[in-house]
Amino acid sequence: MSIRVLFFASLADIAGMRETTVDAAAVTDVNSVFDHFAHRFPALENYRSSVLFALNSEFARPRSSVRDGDEIAFFPPVSGG
Amino acid sequence: MKSPSSRRSVEVNVFRLVREPIDIRKIVESIQKPEDGAVVVFEGVVRDNSNEKPVRFLEYDAYESMALSKIEEIGSRAKSEFEIRDVAIVHRLGHMEVGECSTAIVVASAHRGPAFDACRFAIDTIKKIVPIWKKEFYQDGEVWIEGAH
Repeated sequence: MSIRVLFFASLADIAGMRETTVDAAAVTDVNSVFDHFAHRFPALENYRSSVLFALNSEFARPRSSVRDGDEIAFFPPVSGG
Repeated sequence: MKSPSSRRSVEVNVFRLVREPIDIRKIVESIQKPEDGAVVVFEGVVRDNSNEKPVRFLEYDAYESMALSKIEEIGSRAKSEFEIRDVAIVHRLGHMEVGECSTAIVVASAHRGPAFDACRFAIDTIKKIVPIWKKEFYQDGEVWIEGAH
C-alpha cells in the first residue's frame, strides 16, 4: 500500500533524493503528502507557495486525492526551453 | 510504399527527449514534404551569461515521462489550433556547452504566417508547462533556475 513520490531540481536537492514512497494510509491528498515531507525536510517549507504538483504525470491541485499506486511529483516552476 | 506501422513510428519520433546533440537538418528532413511552402525552425541555445553573470555550461533535468507527454500535447495543440501541416519538438537533456542547442522546434506549413505563430506558441508553452529544469554553472557555484510562477 504505497504511493511513489518524486522530487525534481531544487526540491530533489533539499530532500537528498529523487524518489521514495509513502504509506498510502498515512496521506489523503497531494497536500498531505507535501506536509509529510515538509515535516521531514523543513527547507521544503520555502517552496510551499511555489511548488507544482503532478499526480500520475498530470498537473494536480493540492486537494487532489491520492490512493495506493499513485505517482506524485513535486517540483519548482519549470525552466526548460 | 510505407506500411501503416512504419508511418506511425515516424510520427511518434517527432516528439523526443534526447541526450545527444540535436541535428536540426535531420529533423527538417524527417518532416518536410513537397506541399510545404514554409519551414520555420526555432533553436533555443545556451547563452554565456545570465543576468550579466558569466555562465560556464548548463545541465537540464526532467521528469521525463511527463515532459514527453506535455511535449506531445503541445505538438497536437499546435496542429489543431494553427493552420500548419506538421510540427517536431525535440528537447535535449543533460550537460550542454555555451552555443549548443537545447530545444528545437520545426514547423512545416503551406504558408509562413501560421508556421511562425505555431512555433512561437510551442516554445512559449514549453517554457510554461513542460517539467524540465535548467541548472546554470558559474565560476563560483551553480544554481537551479526556476521559471516564473
